[in-house]
Formats: sequence, structure tokens, C-alpha cells
Amino acid sequence: MESILSVTFLAGLIAATLRVATPLVFASIGEVFTERSGILNLGIEGIMFLGAFIGFTAAYLANEAGLGGYLWIGLLSAILAGILMGLLMGFFSVSLGVNQHVAGLGITLLCTGLSLFGFRMVFGERAVLPSVDPFPLLSPLNGMPILGDILSQYLLTFIAFLIVVPLSWWLLNRTAFGLNLRSVGENPEAVDAAGLNVFRIRYFVLALGGALMAIGGAFLSLAQLGAFTPGIIAGRGWVCIALVIFARWHPVRAALGALLFGGVFALQLRLQTMGFDLPFELFLALPYLVTIAALALASRQVSYPGAYLKPYRRE
Amino acid sequence: MSNDTNPVVTMRAISKRFGAVLANDRVDFSLQAGEIHALLGENGAGKTTLMRILYGLYQADEGEIQVHGRPVTINSPKSAIHLGIGMVSQHFALVSPHTVTENLILGTTSRLPLDLEQAHAEVSAVADEFSISIDPRAIIRDLSVGQRQRVEILKALHRKARVLVMDEPTAVLIPQEVEQLFSSLRNFKDKGFSVVFISHKLNEVMEITDRVTVLRGGRVAGVVSTKDTNPTELARMMVGRPTFGVTRKVGAGQEQIPALVLEQVTTLDNKGLPALKEVSLVVRTGEIVGLAGVSGNGQTEIAEILAGLRPVTQGRLRIFDRDVTNAHPQAMMAAGLGRIPEDSRANIIGQMTVAENMVVERLDQFSRRGYLERKAIRRYAEALITEYQIKASPDDRMRTLSGGNLQKVVLARVLAQKPKVLVVAQPTRGLDVAATEYIRNKLLEQRAEGAAILLISEDLDEIMQVSDRIAVIYEGQILADRAAAGATPEELGLLMAGVHPG
Amino acid sequence: MRWQIERLPAPVWFRAVIPVLSIVVTFVLTSGFVLAVGANPIEAAYYFLLDPLANPVRLIEVLVKTTPLLLTGIAVAFAFSGGYWNIGVEGQLYMGATAATAIGLQMHDTPAWLALPLIIVGGFLAGMAWALVPALMKVKLKIDEVVTTLLLNYVAIFIVSAILNGPWRDPISQWPQSPEIAATAIFPRLIPRSRLHLGFILAIVIIALVWFVLNRTAFGMKMKAVGYNLEAARFSGIRVDRTMLLVALTSGGIAGLAGASEVAGIHFHLIDAISPGYGYTGIIIATLGALNPIGVSLAAFFIGLIDTGSQTVSRVLGVPAYLGDVLQASLLLVTLAMLLLQGYRLTWRQRGQAPQDGRPVE
Repeated sequence: MESILSVTFLAGLIAATLRVATPLVFASIGEVFTERSGILNLGIEGIMFLGAFIGFTAAYLANEAGLGGYLWIGLLSAILAGILMGLLMGFFSVSLGVNQHVAGLGITLLCTGLSLFGFRMVFGERAVLPSVDPFPLLSPLNGMPILGDILSQYLLTFIAFLIVVPLSWWLLNRTAFGLNLRSVGENPEAVDAAGLNVFRIRYFVLALGGALMAIGGAFLSLAQLGAFTPGIIAGRGWVCIALVIFARWHPVRAALGALLFGGVFALQLRLQTMGFDLPFELFLALPYLVTIAALALASRQVSYPGAYLKPYRRE
Repeated sequence: MSNDTNPVVTMRAISKRFGAVLANDRVDFSLQAGEIHALLGENGAGKTTLMRILYGLYQADEGEIQVHGRPVTINSPKSAIHLGIGMVSQHFALVSPHTVTENLILGTTSRLPLDLEQAHAEVSAVADEFSISIDPRAIIRDLSVGQRQRVEILKALHRKARVLVMDEPTAVLIPQEVEQLFSSLRNFKDKGFSVVFISHKLNEVMEITDRVTVLRGGRVAGVVSTKDTNPTELARMMVGRPTFGVTRKVGAGQEQIPALVLEQVTTLDNKGLPALKEVSLVVRTGEIVGLAGVSGNGQTEIAEILAGLRPVTQGRLRIFDRDVTNAHPQAMMAAGLGRIPEDSRANIIGQMTVAENMVVERLDQFSRRGYLERKAIRRYAEALITEYQIKASPDDRMRTLSGGNLQKVVLARVLAQKPKVLVVAQPTRGLDVAATEYIRNKLLEQRAEGAAILLISEDLDEIMQVSDRIAVIYEGQILADRAAAGATPEELGLLMAGVHPG
Repeated sequence: MRWQIERLPAPVWFRAVIPVLSIVVTFVLTSGFVLAVGANPIEAAYYFLLDPLANPVRLIEVLVKTTPLLLTGIAVAFAFSGGYWNIGVEGQLYMGATAATAIGLQMHDTPAWLALPLIIVGGFLAGMAWALVPALMKVKLKIDEVVTTLLLNYVAIFIVSAILNGPWRDPISQWPQSPEIAATAIFPRLIPRSRLHLGFILAIVIIALVWFVLNRTAFGMKMKAVGYNLEAARFSGIRVDRTMLLVALTSGGIAGLAGASEVAGIHFHLIDAISPGYGYTGIIIATLGALNPIGVSLAAFFIGLIDTGSQTVSRVLGVPAYLGDVLQASLLLVTLAMLLLQGYRLTWRQRGQAPQDGRPVE
């Protein structure tokens, strides 16, 4: 039995943490943008699920058709699906102004239903789960003892941590787009009076958020698994909702939260194999419980964006 | 003097309806260059609606708008800004957690990277040009109301507005700040700008404006030059009869005992900062104590403490002999306290009926072991509707009521419990003259019957009209507590600004 | 004179039309999926909606399927009415099912008149207990209950799975299912030799009780006030925290009853798949029923209808049964949109005609 404190164990743990955290980074940053504009998108779980399904199915079909780069076709298709669902959420929450909790849950249920229906329709009932060769791991520092293992990741993981996180921070805090977005979330009247289109800004972040969430889902089916299963998301979308609150709507803190969840998840996987006499399900429950605990500890008196959950109307 | 032949803005035959209500009825309005033009009318006359149409926030159902003689379509504030129209609304359109500069550049730049330093410099330049003093790096929520208004004005000027629409700008200012504002407006006028001054205050209109358009019930009641008219005539146009204030009879001379006592009350605001610092105040039976002050100096916190919604960290609260410090709202009501909240529309339950709102504070009176006595509730509601002349039926949803009727329901449910102590906050804000008079008369009635009334109001006229004693609150402390007789607006204005008497 | 759309409350008869309109629009929208699989949408609609009503046996099956939906639907509707977003009904149901099983396994020597109430109370209390932590977090720490209740759903399912793969694993077959509960703990049949059980009556009773509480008690008015406007309710002296806590716990308890009902009425032991998402369907039902107990009952029946029909549709037309899920989710979204129509009215009015009461607005 490997010592829990051995360097190889820790390196493996860190590597796994980065991997597990990747979909959460994409999705929670997508939700950060969305909630900063004042909208709660509970469709996140469904959009991740749809992203996983569409990503996989498009890749599979493209592969069957002999197209090269089928994985990228899958990813692009997932992004499109995510954008569409983001816009649909926009229709309900921005244009119609209905209750955002229910609309978001409705979208999650719709995406889940569509994905399961679609999967059955395309693949029928098979004994063996259909699969594709997933994205490969990139190992830029191959051969180096510890760092080499840690930095052996998927391209999407590198993109998540090295591009998406800093880019989001920059967009939100150093650009006019970010200023407009944050203003919409605090006081849409001010933005309207300044001559900007509140609706357009909200629709845009919903689409952007949807795209990011879908990438998060597609990562799981196109990179980690190379397949699609009904349990592929298993509540990660909801974890992201918690992470966004825990992160006080800051992209960098959201990424840290994602790492926390990823770390606990990766850890419990390893603990399972270490001969503890506990059912594996309790280990599986651990990350969720830790998320709830993190919320409890870090989220008192948190100040939500001023216009959170309020549809904007010129009254 | 204004040039009669070249209006900057012309609005012709503007009509606008909201649901069953006709807010503007074929209104004509014209604005010259270099004039300060008042849009006068009581609350609900259609002034704000008309200007929101000009600023593109609403679209008129009928009528046309011309700017410099050319017909224009104003679909959104963007078009209005483009035409050089700027608006300073009653409820400032500012983003509180952001800085002055961030608020000013909102919507002006689509350049991806923000250069905040350059923006700060730009803002300072514009402020200097118009002699407006403001710190570009200040965060809005740290600014006083008067300063925030200056930011709003600066926003419009920064976008090159030459027509400034100001909606009830003096409602939140102390007399000295009003003077500052007026001098800025004269400055703009000299530069050839035009100002639309929406107000319902006759004395200010007489002082600062060149022409007056009076609106009544959504229609134009008259357009006059200020120098050719007087307050009485304007009042007649505004309400159709000369207004009379409420008459206050001198107290009946009964024994006045302390009914509501605040003793060294201290508390914190929502951010954990001190909001009230050892406030002591006594309201006796049969007297109205008016608490004057600029919004944000602790009035909200006092009202919340007296409503049982905010804890007292130090000091005591008494109603007659009963200590009600940090008591639950129900206990305070049982001790004889009635409360009229600052923003009634936010503190009633819009989706519930009139009858339900009337009993929701005292459900134990209308239920037997948890079971609602619906017939009793209905009878109670009908009785109150009759007594207070409320234009609604018990089953109407509260949110469909007009401002005046809504306030009457709130008043009715409080007064029906025969409170011995009344805490009333901003009771006539946003109401038309008839409703305002009704409410003030009701307060005087209660006073005559021996109630102790604490009136918290930002409207100095109201305080002076109705109070026996006046206290001024500034930054959480009571700066003065004196008889109302002989108090002058100037003196009170200084106190409201924190200037202790010399 | 012309027709104008105005922001006034719609006529009462129109409110009843809205659900029907929603159903029609939903079926039209989803017919595309049916066509994509090569089936006939009209036939599909028949099998979804009318075929289950065609004979008494089928109808009873609909009522059996409706039973848990009535309970989860009213559990959600009750919570939402009080302003508490209980999305954890699924997990609370699982806990109720677990408690019912635990009790049921001990009832071999206990007569039915004692065993059944124990199962019911146990299920209720377990659901309540599972709802406690998120409710406390909301009331004491002001933490949004949506996330906490959602995450606990997964934890609940993990716990049940752990128990079923561990101490309660069937010793003979080694399947992850618990041993059977005592015969005295089984809910009696309402119609002999059918699957319709006591749970159905229980559900009706609970719905009636909820109607009573909401419309005839002081507590009902207080919780609705909290649901509509928390600050105004607090101002009126209502103990908001206490009220919300009670609402949350009651909602959890009712959800627990749904779990107990499924164990004691249908399956007779605890299984992994005791709920195919009844908790989430409850949200759909609560919304379709506009949070109104009667509406919820009708909506639950309707969803039960679709659930029953979807099996037939799958078997006869070859359309994957998941279409039922797509249908229900679409129905939810369409209804959300349609409910807005309640705020508008078509009137025949002259241009610029003066309004009825002449009161201007600023």
C-alpha cells in the first residue's frame, strides 16, 4: 500500500485534481459571467449533460463518416448546443422575465431528457457502450520526475487554467465589456439610462456561459471517458452553482474552488483503493459534503449582485 | 432672455397610456435654448412620464417630437443621448459599488481595454469645466445624496448634453445644497443650455425658472412666463383650486406624558458601522415630533428599531412604562405602537388582497386556535374601507391600488388598532395633494385624540407644517430638539447639514 | 376602434384555457421528435393521453403512477408557496423510503394497525430530518437552499446505495435490494388484486390538509406572505425564520411520505431506483398546477397519464420512452411562458379613449 505522503502519490493526486477540476472551471466561470449580469442559470447541470452528449455523438458520427478531427467537430457541436440553450434561458429569464429558478430547472430537465432520448435514438440499445478514442494527454515535460506527471494533462485542461481563468479575470475587470456586465448585475437602470442595451448584454453572457458549460460537459465525454453515460455529470453542475457563491463571483476564486472539489474527489478515489473498510459510496459522497461545508463556512453575509434574480423592465 | 422662435425641443400632442390609465393626454411642450423651463404638477400629473418619453425610456402612443425643428424618433436612451438630451432622475441611475469614473464612462467606450487613469483625468476635466467638485475615484455608496446628484449631472454633461432634464432635483437636498444647485443651473443657462425642471414646489419654480408648463391629470393646464405669474395662480392651475394647508389647532392642553422614549439608543447599520449614536428622544401624548434630516443620516435605522426590525446595541426603548428594547414587533404593537413604514408599496403584500393586508399584522385577533375567521376579516375590511373612503374592495389585490389608496389601507390598518404611539416615516412621499392632505389631517386628528406621533420625513415643509416639536438628525445624532414655533428653514437646513448653531 | 393588448388581468375563463393551450403547444413542439423517429405524432398523442384512459386496468395503473407524484408535487408546491425553494424532494423521498424499510423490516410481529402508522410517521420524520440541515443553513446562515438541497439529493442516493450494497444486500440473490418488509407493513390494496394502494388515499388526504392549511389557517396566510414578500412579512411582525423552517420541514416530511408510499405500496423493499426522478417531476407538477392544491392534483394526474402512456408509445411506436421526459420538461417551460398571459387582456377600445377611473400614474 502506497504511503499517503509519498511524493509519487502527491504528484498523482495533483495531476488528478487538475483533471477533475477542468470541467468545473469551465462551467463555473460560465456561471460567474451569467450571475454577474444578475441571472441565475440553473440550467447548468443540463447544459453540461447536453454538452457531453452532443460532443460525444457528433464526434462518434464524424468518426464513422471518416472525418479527421472528429473530436474537434464534437467539441464545436457541443459549444453550439450550449449557446442555443443559453439563448433559450435568455428567452425565459430576460425576455419573458419568468421565475429563474423554475426556468433553469426546466432547462436542465429538458436537456437531460433530450440527451437521453437522443442517445437512445442514435445508438439504440446496445450491449457494449459506444465509444471513441478520446483526446490525448499532452506531456510537455515528459520524462521529468514530478513535474512531468503533474503537467501531463489534456489540452483543454491547459486551456482552462492558463487561458480561460486569466482571460475571464481580464475581461471582467479590465474591459468596457466587463464594466458594462458588472453594472447590469448591480443596477440595470443605470445601464439603460447610459444608452446600453441591457437585454443584449444579458443574452450575450447567457450564450457565453452556455458555451463554457457545454465545454465542461464535453470534456468529460471527449477527453476523460471517450464515451457517454447517464451518470456522466452526476451533479457537478450544482457543485458549480455552490462554487460560484463560495467564490463570491470571482473567476480566479471559482477556479480555486474547482480545485478544492477536484482535490477531494481525486483523494477519495485513491482512498477507496487503500483498503479502508467503508462503502465506496460514502467516499463518493465526500466531495458533495465538502462543498456544502465550504458553503457553510465561507458564505455568510455574502453580497449578491444588486440585480440578482430580477428581470429588468423599464417601469 | 429666451428666443421665442427657435425651440430646441418640441413635443406635440403626446399621449401615453399604461393599462387603464392615461398618463399623458395630448400634451404639448416646447423648450427654448438658454431657458430653465419648469414642468409643474402634483404627484401623478404625468410630468415624469412625459420626460421619460423624451429620454427614450418610454415610447409615446401618439404624438411627435422635434429637436431643432427636425422630427425625431427616440427609441431608447441611446438616441436621446445622441440628440444631446440628458436626464437626472429622482432615483439616481448609479451603480453603488463602482467609482464615479466607472459610472461616467458606462456606455461611452467600447474600447476593450479600459484605461482607468485616462478616464479619471477626463472626468476631472469635465468637472472643472462646469465648476462641479467631485472626486473621480470616490465610490458612489460613500457619497452623500447631494454629491450623487452632482455625479448624475456630470454624467449628462460628459455625454455632451445640452438639454438637461431634472426630475424633482431638490427633493433630497437641504436648503444650502438647493442654492448650490440653482447656481449651477444658472451657469448652464448662461452657456446656452436648456433645463427642464420637474417639480411640484411652487416657491422653487418661482425662484429659478423662466417659463412654466403646468400639467394636471395628464393634460396641459397652462403655459406661462414665470415673471408674469404668481404662486396662487400656479397652484390654481396645478390642482384646480387654491391650495390650503392643513390647519393645526393648538394642543388641547391636556397633561402630556412621555409615551415613546428613546434613551441613549445606539445601533449599527447593515454594514456594521454605527448608524445611531446615543440618540435620546421623547415623544409625549398629544404631540407630534418631527424628525428632520437628509436621507441616510439614521432615519431608516430609527424607524427599523421602532418597528422591531433592528436590534439596539445600547440604550433603552420605552413605550409608556413598558421597556420594549429589542422586543418583537408583535410585543411592540401590543404595547400600543403603530407603524407606517417608509415605503408602503414595498411593505405590503401586493399579491394578497386588501382584506388580507389589513389583518396580516394582527392575525391572532382574527383566528381562533389557528383557524381563520374569514367572515370577521371581511367585515373588518369593509368597515375600514368605508370609514377611510378607500377606493377598493376587500378582494382587490393590493398591487392594483393607486398610491393614495394603498397608503390609506396602511393608515387604516394601523389606526384601527387605536395606537397610543405612532411612528410614521415619509407618509406622503409620491402622493398627490388630495391624498397628502388627507393623511396629514388624519395625523392631526390622532394627535388631538392624545396619540404620541413621531414623524420622520425628508420633506421640511411637511415637518414644519405639522409638528409641535422638531428634532434634527445628522450622522446618527440628534443635533437639535426644539419647539416648532419660530423655526426657520434656513436654521433647520444648517442643522441638517451638520452645522451646529453658532 | 381596434383591438389592443393591455396589461390588465385576463378574464377568468381564460385562466382555465391556459393549461389546455400549454398542452397543445407542447405536443405540437415535440411532434418533431416523434417524426424524427418515423412515427406519427397524432398516434403518439393518442397513446400518451387517451389510451391510458381506455380501460379500467390502464386507468388504475395511471392512478398508481400518480400516487408518488401527488405527494412530491404537493411537497414542492407547499415549499414554493412559502418562499422556500426545496429542490431536495428527491433525497428526502429516498430517506423516507429508507426509514419505511427499516421500520418495515422490524414489523413481523406487529399488527397492521400499528405497523402502518409507524411506517407513515417514520417516513415523514425521515424526510423531515433530511430537510433540516439546508433549512437551518438558510435560516441561520442565510445560505441559498437551492444548492444545499440539490447536493444532498446525491448524498442521499449514495447512502441508500451503500446500505443496499452492504448491510441490506439481499443475502440470497446478492442483488442490491433490501429484504422484504413485513406483510403487516404493506399498504393494503384499495381495489383487490390491483396495484392501487393506501398511498393514494394518503396522498389525497395530505393534499386536502395542505389546502386547508393554506386557505383556512393563520399559518397558511403567514407562510404565503413570506413567500410573496419576505420583508413585508417581517415588517408585519411575522416570525419569518420560524415560519420558513416549518415550511421546509413539512415539505421534507411530505416528500418522505412519498418514499414510504413507494416502498410500502409498490416495491415492498428498498431498491436503488425507488424513484426515477419523482422529486424533480414534482417541480414540474407544482409549476403546472400554479402551486394550487387542486391544480397540483390535476397536474399530477396528467403527468401520471403521460408516464403511463410513454411505456405504450415506446412499445408500440418504437419511440424511446425518454420522449415522456422531453415532453414533461417542454410542458414546464411552455406553461411558464403561458402563465404570463394571465397578465394581459385583449380589449376593443377606441384610440385614445379615456380610461375607466381616470386615475393618472406618474
